[in-house]
Amino acid sequence: MIEVKNLTKQFGDNVVLNGITETIQKSEKVVVIGPSGSGKSTFLRCLNLLESPTGGEIWFEGKNITAKGTNIDAVRCKMGMVFQHFNLFPHLTVLQNITLAPVTLKRQTKDEAEEKARKLLERIGLSDKADVYPSSISGGQKQRIAIVRALAMNPDVILFDEPTSALDPEMVGEVLELMRELADEGMTMVVVTHEMGFAREVGTRVLFMDGGVIVEQNEPNAFFANPQHPRLKDFLSKVL
Amino acid sequence: MNNFFQVINRVLIANEGWKVILSGLGKTIEIAFFAIIIGTILGCLFALMKISTIKPLRWFANLYTTIIRGIPMVTQLMIFGFVIFSGKNEIMVASLAFGINSGAYCTEIFRAGIQGVDKGQMEAGRSLGLSYSQTLWKIILPQAIKAVLPTYTSEFIALIKETSVASFIAVTDLTKAGDMIRNATYNPWVPLFTVALIYLIMTLGLEKIFSRLERRLAKSDRS
Repeated sequence: MIEVKNLTKQFGDNVVLNGITETIQKSEKVVVIGPSGSGKSTFLRCLNLLESPTGGEIWFEGKNITAKGTNIDAVRCKMGMVFQHFNLFPHLTVLQNITLAPVTLKRQTKDEAEEKARKLLERIGLSDKADVYPSSISGGQKQRIAIVRALAMNPDVILFDEPTSALDPEMVGEVLELMRELADEGMTMVVVTHEMGFAREVGTRVLFMDGGVIVEQNEPNAFFANPQHPRLKDFLSKVL
Repeated sequence: MNNFFQVINRVLIANEGWKVILSGLGKTIEIAFFAIIIGTILGCLFALMKISTIKPLRWFANLYTTIIRGIPMVTQLMIFGFVIFSGKNEIMVASLAFGINSGAYCTEIFRAGIQGVDKGQMEAGRSLGLSYSQTLWKIILPQAIKAVLPTYTSEFIALIKETSVASFIAVTDLTKAGDMIRNATYNPWVPLFTVALIYLIMTLGLEKIFSRLERRLAKSDRS
């Protein structure tokens, strides 16, 4: 589904991604871990071109999206993203947050979008928040709504950029629970996170990044039980 | 006390000073009204140019704000009145001069407002598949407008007061009207305090209108 070929990214002289080649299959749940500054967020943000790569190619559903003339907006409709700081739109109600993109892009009529949004809100138990503004709800609720906002576009894959890092500890659970449900339904997910438990239980594959490259990867059980590279052993000994 | 009212009566009523004041007020309002429209439009336009990725547009917008903000209002007004539009309708020229001047300040106010909106908002909009301009109009600008309203109000009020130099190009605005009555009646305090009071009423009124608007826009901040 997503094919990354020799991806590099530089900010000035600072090399953040140093040649990443990776294929992500449909309905995989790929978890990316690594120390801060390892390039994992930049890698994720390159996948939907929020950062434009310095070199290399990214193919999505059979198309080279790094080629000149690609309609990146159309690609992003199929690639949802969830941010560390939620980035809900503060001037819109919860319902409007969810319906804005599908209605603006004429994917759904206003009525269809609202009906769908209400169903999604019901699913996460926040029906009563439809008409309030984001400033009046908790961080965990915000992040779940941000996830639902991405879902409203019916994406084929969702990218999660440290979705629980800005949350109070007691709210991490509800967000991970929703992500777990999505995973069980077969959604393709790429998740940058520090939640090792989530990586182990939900991930189908775990990548360890350091210094702008993927140092090691494996299916979760072997990844955590039997790390090979000394950098990964060192990292795991500190976080587990 | 009787004397007090007699003086006012002599200066403003008997000599028909109120007519002069009224006509001056009309011109002041006319100039300020058109100037704020011109200034707001120019401000929006140049603010968008300043945040644009196209270099010549940014360069041109920077040139505009640098030149306009670096030259005194009266000098600009006289250049417009006696050089560029010499002999044209002076109210139109004054509206244009004040509008172009105010536009430079509006540009900076709007630019700061747009750039003050969290970067994550643009990223969230784009990540949903919205284009740059869709995100700008639906997500960034509504938040920016709310943020700049207080500063924009001050600019509006400052502009009304600035028009008091319009007489430099022979406009009989409110200030000039007061001055003419002072010359005709040899009474300085009645026309000057009258004029001052009218300015104050106008600026206070505007402040009230805008603060009401601000409160309405702030409804999404309430938790």
